[in-house]
Amino acid sequence: MRKFLPILTVLLIIVAVWYAAAVWMNAPWAYDQAARAEAAAPTWAELPGLTLNQDRPVLPSPHQVIAELARSTFGLPPSSKKSLVYHAWVTISGTLLGFAMGTTLGVLLAVGIVYSRSMEMSVLPWAIASQMVPIIALAPMLAVVMHAVGATPLMTKAVISAYLSFFPVVVGMVKGLRSPEVMQLDLLQTYAAPGGAVFWKLRLPSSMPYFFASVKVGIAASLVGAIVAELNQQAGLGARLLQGSYYGQTTQIWAALFLSAILAAVLVMLAGRIEAWVLLRMGMAR
Amino acid sequence: MMVLDPRLWCLLAFWAGAWLLNSELSKGRAAWVRYAVPLMFGVTVLVLWQAGVTAYGVNKIILPPPSDVAARMARSVPTLWADLVQTFFKGALSGYAIGCAAAVSTAIAIDRSPFLQAGLLPVGNFVAALPIVGIAPILVMWFGFDWQSKAAVVVVMVFFPVLVNTIAGLAASEVMQRDLMATYSASYWQTLFKLRLPAAMPFIFNGLKIATTLALIGAIVAEFFGSPIVGMGFRIVAEVGRSNPDMVWAEIAVAALAGSAFYGLVALIEKRVTFWHPSQRN
Repeated sequence: MRKFLPILTVLLIIVAVWYAAAVWMNAPWAYDQAARAEAAAPTWAELPGLTLNQDRPVLPSPHQVIAELARSTFGLPPSSKKSLVYHAWVTISGTLLGFAMGTTLGVLLAVGIVYSRSMEMSVLPWAIASQMVPIIALAPMLAVVMHAVGATPLMTKAVISAYLSFFPVVVGMVKGLRSPEVMQLDLLQTYAAPGGAVFWKLRLPSSMPYFFASVKVGIAASLVGAIVAELNQQAGLGARLLQGSYYGQTTQIWAALFLSAILAAVLVMLAGRIEAWVLLRMGMAR
Repeated sequence: MMVLDPRLWCLLAFWAGAWLLNSELSKGRAAWVRYAVPLMFGVTVLVLWQAGVTAYGVNKIILPPPSDVAARMARSVPTLWADLVQTFFKGALSGYAIGCAAAVSTAIAIDRSPFLQAGLLPVGNFVAALPIVGIAPILVMWFGFDWQSKAAVVVVMVFFPVLVNTIAGLAASEVMQRDLMATYSASYWQTLFKLRLPAAMPFIFNGLKIATTLALIGAIVAEFFGSPIVGMGFRIVAEVGRSNPDMVWAEIAVAALAGSAFYGLVALIEKRVTFWHPSQRN
C-alpha cells in the first residue's frame, strides 16, 4: 500500500488535470452554441455539464474515452471492422511476428559480433547508425516496395517492427554474451570444453538477464513500429488513429490510444513474467 | 538456376573479397583501422546495392540505385533544405529544447518531495514505454498543421525519457558526498548546483541522447497526420504517391545525416560536460 499511494496520487492528479483541461478546451464550443441560440452565456456551474459530454469534443473527458473503449471492445462482435478487438488483434499479430524476426536477427548478429572481431568492427557502427535513420519515415516507402514484391500487409508491418526491435536485442546480447568473467571462461578451458559447450553452457545462460532487459525495450518498440506501419494500411490501431483524425472523431482516437497503451503494458508485463519464470528455473532469480 | 547466375557470382565474389580485406584490416590495432573498417563495410554495401540493382535491372520504383539518389540530392538541394528547416530546425529542435527543459525542471521541482517522486517515477517509466507517437493526430488537431504541432508532439515524446533519467540522476550522488556538502553548511541549492546536478549529468545525457532520435521520429511522423506543403514527412508521403523513390531515399538520407549529426553533437557536449566520468576516460 505504501508503494501504491504515491502512484495513485499522481494518477488522480492526472485525471483531475484532464477533467479541468476538458472543461477549459471544450468551453468555447459551449459558449458558441449559447451565442447561436441567443441564450445567456453558460455560467461556471453549468459549464462542466455542457463540456464533459459533447459529441465531438476537442478533448474528450476520461469517462467518455472509457465508455467508448468499452463500447468498441465489448459492445461489438470481435469480427466487426468497428470492433477494437479486431484492430488490436491485427496490431498484435504484426507486433509479435516482427518482434520474433527482430529478436532472432538481433541474437544472431550479437553472436557474430561476439565471435568475430571483423564483424564487430564493421557491423556494430552501422547497427548504431541504422537507429539514426528514422525508419518510421520509411514506412510509406516500404509499403509500396513490399506491395510490389507481393508481400502481405502483415509482412510489411512485421519488417518495420523487426527493424525497430533488433537493435536493443543486439546491444543487450553483446553485453550479455560477454558478461561471463575471465575466471569462468578459464575454468571451462581447463575442462577442455569445446567452443560449442562454452557457448551453450556458459555464455548463453549468463546472457539471459541482459536478453530479457532488451526484450522489454524491444517489444515496446515493436508495437510502435506496427502502429506506425498501419498508418498506411486498412486495419489495426494505427489505421484507427488515422481514420479518427480524418473524421475528427477525437473520442475514437483516444480510445485507440488507450488500447495501445494497455497493449504495451500487457506485452511488457508478459515479458517480465517470462523473465521471472526463466530466471527462476535457471536459479538466477534475484 | 539462380545459383549458377554469373551476375550473382560476381556480387558474391566482391562481397567475399571485401570481407576478407576487412577481416585482415581488423587484425590491425592502428587508430585509423577503427574508421577504415566500418567505412569499408559501408562502401561495400553501397557498391553491392548499385551493382545488384543495375545487374538485375530492378525496377527503379522499387529500389533506385544509390547513384540516382545522390544525383537527386544534388539536384534538389533547395527543396531538401527547406524540408530540413521545417521539420528538423523548427519542429524537432524547438520541441526537443522545450521538452528537455521542461523535464529537467519538473525533476528538480519534485526533487524535494520523495512522495511525488515515488509516484511519478513508475508512471513516467510506464509512459516512456508507450507508443506516444499515437498522440500525434490529436496534437495536430489542437495546434494546427504547421510546425507548432510537430514541436508539441516532440515535447511529449522526449519529456518522459528525460524526466525518468533526471530523477535517477539526482539520486546518483553518494551519501558521503552529500554529507560533505552538509559539513560545509551548503544550502539546498548550493548542493544541487555544485554536487547533485553535475553528478546527475551522465544520466541526464543518457536521456538527452535517447531523446534526439525520438525528436526526429516524432517530427516526421506528426507530418503524416497533416502538414503544410513543406517538411520531410510531407515530402516522403507526397513523393511515394508520385512514384519518385529517389526523392524519398534522398529525404531519408538527409534525415539520417541530420539525426546522426544531432546525436553526435549531444554526445560531444556530453564528453565535455562529463569528462570526469569513468565511461569517458577511455
